[in-house]
Amino acid sequence: MATINLKKGYNLDLVGKIAHNDVAEAPNAELYAIVPDDFYGIIPRLEVAVGDHVDAGQALCHHRDDENLKITAPVSGTVKEIRRGARRKIEAIVIAPDTEQTAKSFDVKLPPVQLLAQSGLLAMIRQRPYDIVPNPNVAPRDIFVTCFDSAPLAPSLMLVLGDNKRYLQAGINALASITAGKIYLGLDEDLDTGLTGVEINVFKGPHPAGNVGVQIANVKPVNKGDVVWTLDVITLARIGKLVTEGVVDFSTVVALTGELVTTPCYLSTTMGAQLTSLISGKLVGGDTQKRIISGNVLTGTPVAADGFLRAPYRHITVIPENAHPDEFMGWASLSPKRFSIYRLFTSWLTGNRNVRLDARLNGGERAIVMAGEYDRMLPMDIYGEFLIKAIIAFDIDKMEQLGIYEVAPEDFALAEFADTSKLELQHIVRSGLDKMRKEMA
Amino acid sequence: MKALRKLMDKAKPLFSPGGSLEKLQSVYDGFESFLFTPNTTSQSGVNVHDGNDLKRTMITVIVALLPCLFFGMYNIGLQHFIAIGTPDVSAWSMFVYGLLALLPVIVVSYAVGLGIEFIGAQIHHKEIQEGFLVTGLLIPLIVPINTPLWMTAVATAFAVIFAKEVFGGTGMNIFNVALITRAFLFFAYPSKMSGDEAFVKLDSALGYGGGTVADGFSGATPLGQVATNVGDTLSASLDTMQAFLGTIPGSPGETSMVAILIGAAILLFTGVASWRVMCSVFVGGFAMAALAHALPSSTYPASLLDPCAQLCYGGFAFAAVFMATDPVTGARTKTGQYIYGFLIGVIAILIRVYNSGYPEGAMLAILLMNAFAPLIDYCVVQRNVKRRLARLNANSQKGGHENE
Repeated sequence: MATINLKKGYNLDLVGKIAHNDVAEAPNAELYAIVPDDFYGIIPRLEVAVGDHVDAGQALCHHRDDENLKITAPVSGTVKEIRRGARRKIEAIVIAPDTEQTAKSFDVKLPPVQLLAQSGLLAMIRQRPYDIVPNPNVAPRDIFVTCFDSAPLAPSLMLVLGDNKRYLQAGINALASITAGKIYLGLDEDLDTGLTGVEINVFKGPHPAGNVGVQIANVKPVNKGDVVWTLDVITLARIGKLVTEGVVDFSTVVALTGELVTTPCYLSTTMGAQLTSLISGKLVGGDTQKRIISGNVLTGTPVAADGFLRAPYRHITVIPENAHPDEFMGWASLSPKRFSIYRLFTSWLTGNRNVRLDARLNGGERAIVMAGEYDRMLPMDIYGEFLIKAIIAFDIDKMEQLGIYEVAPEDFALAEFADTSKLELQHIVRSGLDKMRKEMA
Repeated sequence: MKALRKLMDKAKPLFSPGGSLEKLQSVYDGFESFLFTPNTTSQSGVNVHDGNDLKRTMITVIVALLPCLFFGMYNIGLQHFIAIGTPDVSAWSMFVYGLLALLPVIVVSYAVGLGIEFIGAQIHHKEIQEGFLVTGLLIPLIVPINTPLWMTAVATAFAVIFAKEVFGGTGMNIFNVALITRAFLFFAYPSKMSGDEAFVKLDSALGYGGGTVADGFSGATPLGQVATNVGDTLSASLDTMQAFLGTIPGSPGETSMVAILIGAAILLFTGVASWRVMCSVFVGGFAMAALAHALPSSTYPASLLDPCAQLCYGGFAFAAVFMATDPVTGARTKTGQYIYGFLIGVIAILIRVYNSGYPEGAMLAILLMNAFAPLIDYCVVQRNVKRRLARLNANSQKGGHENE
């Protein structure tokens, strides 16, 4: 076990933290949905039609290039709707659940990779490079598992895990048969896990220490040509359960957090649940326009109040959309309420504790002016700003030299938050990764 | 504020495409975002953003410049009344004289620069950007007070167009725009830029003050006096304390070390300027000045100055604090910033001491290092690239053995 101290990054201390670790049971949702966009890299081909009945764990669609790589239903029920967007892109597959749930059982004697691909759990794993769902036919160099989420207001993964801890060893054993390399676990504290066959590293420091990409970069960076799988400890437990019992556990615990939540709490529910079942009656703020984020404020996706819980299915944050419309000369503000991590505003006087943030950009998009802002937020041996510029210029050689294979959009989320020039860094990184993938294919 | 908001909303259609004032849309947008924080919320990526933006950053630099500006005004008056032989007028009169003398320069600088920026923004259908806010105030502070206004206007126009807009505007320029203005004046109108008459205003400022020069008065700057020194010892009566306080002739913003240090404290505390650049400029300057002082020569009289005096005189400190720290034109990597700053300090003193043509070298040193900043960054980044490549090679060799 090694302890790695990370200095770069920032812990955003928002209001709306969970005070008690009790997990309450959320009512069953009326609808459940799976959004193929959550499984980046999979181009979905439907296996079901509206009106079909599916069991929990049964495939809804598969990847265009690999029939065996499936996205599966989280509940049993009837396919109610297939929502399509522009150019008939599949936006969501909506399921009306049965009252009596049935689950598909898998043959545990299958090789683990096949089992993962068919059960839909492989779709919850990502690979570096490119931050996409891995190709089951390529064995990874190593597998990295993060055991904590350091994002603002994020749930404790150990709490979300709960009793499923007992499946971790089985999950590790299954993964060990997939890679010739090692399985690395990233923890935030020195726990006696009792697990064997893994290398454990403890990461101390602010967010993004919990990002698996940061952990890889500080343990064994991804080189050109390497493929590394990444997942969180909850998925690891699900894998363990799958290989021992032959069923996929789609239940999850969600942290309901944020300024506009009456009492932030943990709720147990099922993946893809309609949010009304989780948030109705639990929000404050009356008619103010709310931004409901499935995920954390940095990497989460804004969803409608009747939208669905999105991957990684464990966090909801609710903040105001615009807490101060038409703020007069906000750039000149002397109010400590205007939060900034820089000492240009007075918010540092308050210690930047219990911060309230809304979704405004707080400025216009500009060219990159201030130096070193991205590096401050990126605990990796990478010159973030130069990489971003290489991506914008689409200079393939430079991107490769500067380490594009090592990064995922989420690694730049904090830099995007802190950016004075308000550039969409995650979007830029994603477009760079997509272009690289196309070029290298 | 609601009334103002209503007024702005009412005027909006006029400036929108198809409106009668559509040619001024970028002006309207710039004005609107100046008055009201834009209501745009994030549409992709992170859901929350830091409260800081480029407006705040630039305004902070302006605040840091204010001590230099106000002291500069006072000192213009002080030097004026000393020159005309009535040094016992009140400090207030001196300030008013300086204010009246400097105000037209500030107005010309902003009018010309912002005018061009607005036109550029309108041509490219972009929002007007903040970069010139600082440049527009730097220019009056580094241009000698006796420079004719039309020269300042021409030089500002040249700098904004050819040093900034052609490169793509704020954030894209290679050379510091304010220094290009200064350099343009310096090389196009050398007679107005140096010598004894450049730095002390004698005639009236907008009808206030004015007089004839008193007997025995020389308006030469300390560095100008040093440059014409003959012999092994400095004959000019120089007082480093005076230079520290700033009551000496010079460009309006550059004379007072005290005012500059207050500005530096603001910039460093807020983190707007890089302490790496700022400190290493002083270290580099001190090192070079100490070296020159250790090997004094009557051929190069500036080598007779002791290192601390070197740093207090001329535009060195102002350049170190406000010019070298421009993040756009400087080095952007941490290691690069140390090298960049150090070399600016060294070259500034090198030019000052060993090139008798130029009594001051800070401007040329920064412009030169502006050109080299990308190279410095390239070398620093290349080390990271090599490290990555070495890792790859080591890995593939190891992998090869495993396969055997």
